Parts: sequence; C-alpha cells; structure tokens
Amino acid sequence: MRAALSAARAHPFPRLLAGDWLTLLASLLLVVLLFQALWQSQGASKLRIRQGDTVYATLSLDQKRTLHLHGPQGETEIVIDHGRVRFLRAPCNSQYCVHQGWLTRAGQVAICLPNQISLELLGKRKSYDSLNY
Amino acid sequence: MQIQTTPQDHHIARLAALAIGLHMVEAILPSPIPGVKPGIANIVTLFVLYRFDLTTAAWVSLLRVFAASLLLGQFLTPTFMLSLSGALTSLLMLVLASRLPRRWFGPVSLSVLAAFAHIAGQLLVVRLWLIPHVGVAYLVPVFATAALIFGLVNGLVVARLLASHDAAPRS
Repeated sequence: MRAALSAARAHPFPRLLAGDWLTLLASLLLVVLLFQALWQSQGASKLRIRQGDTVYATLSLDQKRTLHLHGPQGETEIVIDHGRVRFLRAPCNSQYCVHQGWLTRAGQVAICLPNQISLELLGKRKSYDSLNY
Repeated sequence: MQIQTTPQDHHIARLAALAIGLHMVEAILPSPIPGVKPGIANIVTLFVLYRFDLTTAAWVSLLRVFAASLLLGQFLTPTFMLSLSGALTSLLMLVLASRLPRRWFGPVSLSVLAAFAHIAGQLLVVRLWLIPHVGVAYLVPVFATAALIFGLVNGLVVARLLASHDAAPRS
C-alpha cells in the first residue's frame, strides 16, 4: 500500500503518447463530423400550405411571392421570400402565427388555428417533429 | 465433486469479481441521459489486457457481462443484449488495436477506440432489433461524445494504474 502510494506520487499523471493524441484528434474530428451530418437541420426547399383539412398548395421556396388566402375568419397574407416564409397578416385575435416570424429550416411549422391555415417547410427528406425514446 | 482449477482460473475469477463490482456500482449510479454510462468496468478489462493478455481480458469482460446481468436480474433482457454486444465489439476492436505499436499507442488510445466500438455495437443492436427506426441516427452524436469523454477518462485511469502497478512490488 505504501509502495503504491509513493508510486502514485512518483507518477502524478500518465503521459499521453503521440499515437494517443492522434487517436484523440481523430475521435474529436469524428464526433464533430457526426454532429454536423446528423444534427444539422437541412435547409428547406419547399413550402406546404394546408387550409382546413386539405393541402392548399406545395410551392417552391425559391421565389418572392405574396399569397392571399381566405379562411373562416377572413384574409391571411403569407410571404415567401427566397428560402423563408412567414405569416404577414392574419385576421385572428392571438396573432401567434404572425409573431412566429420567418420559418427557414425544414420541419418548421407555423399554424393559424382560428383561420385554419398552416405552413410547413419541407426538406429533401421528411424530418421528425418529435422523437421519443 | 471437485473441479480442478488452475492459478490462472483464480486470477481470472478475482479480476472478474472486481469488474463485476464496478459494474454493479455503475448500475446504481443515476445517469443524466438514458444509456450514457462511463463504463468503469472496462478499466479492469484494459488493465488485464496490459498485465495479462487478450484472452484473459476477454474472459474477464464476458464473465462480468454474464454475472452482473444475473445479479441485476437482467439476464437475456435488452439491457443484457446491449451490454453483451458492446462488450463483444469492443473486444473485437481491442484485438485489432492491441496490434498497434506500443511505443506510440498507449492505454488511452485503446480505451477510446474500444469505447467507440462499444457504442457502435450497441447502436447496431438498437437500430436492428430494439428501435428499427432511422431516428436512432439522431442519438449517434450524443453517444459518440460520451464515448470520447469516458474513453479518455478510463484510459487515463488505466495508464495511471499501470504506472503505479509497475512501481509497486509484484504481489
């Protein structure tokens, strides 16, 4: 025990070898790449607009366009602006949809419940709105 | 009936008991993220690999997986399957990694590599059997980060143990 203790003092901290640093560096790189590949939400390419229980339109995001939709409460104005979209004006009381602002990434959703209109951004593949495990 | 045992068997049993103890300690530690565990029992596996050989390390590792699962009542449950698949893949990785030149690659390298192999094996079982869903990919970076951190820490502990073991008189 005493020998082990004095040995512990003699070797305060193990030294890393050149290959160890290489391994650590490569591992760190792998972790960063994994995060980039699997966690980065992809840019959206399409916009899906739903009105009531039907898909009103699926449009390209790569355009500048203003849409006027009529729901149960009146006219809603939606703006598409080269890769992003937002509710600009809505007749509802809460204005949640308008305050949500611009949507830019695939999987993002803005919903105006009172006027029954929703916007959903689509990427190349469908992403998940939630994950449980 | 008397089973003939060799001193080698006693050695393996003693080391496996130590690994089982660490496994049990870890089992009661709460984990902030489900599935992320430091894997401290692997310190024993790696120490045995250095002080004895790969065969002994494999014995200690697999005995630990089976015995600890029996003690925890997890034998043949998904938890056990994950434990076993992780142990097998990390042993496989150690077979390859132990051929790396010792001059440049120390226990930290082996520990990190084995940790990555461990999560790779586990995630493979999760993906193929437990949760056959592409969403599992979302968890990969989290587990990879854990493997890097705990692989490094466990490797440093092994390096430290080996250094003191070298300095101490052989028992």
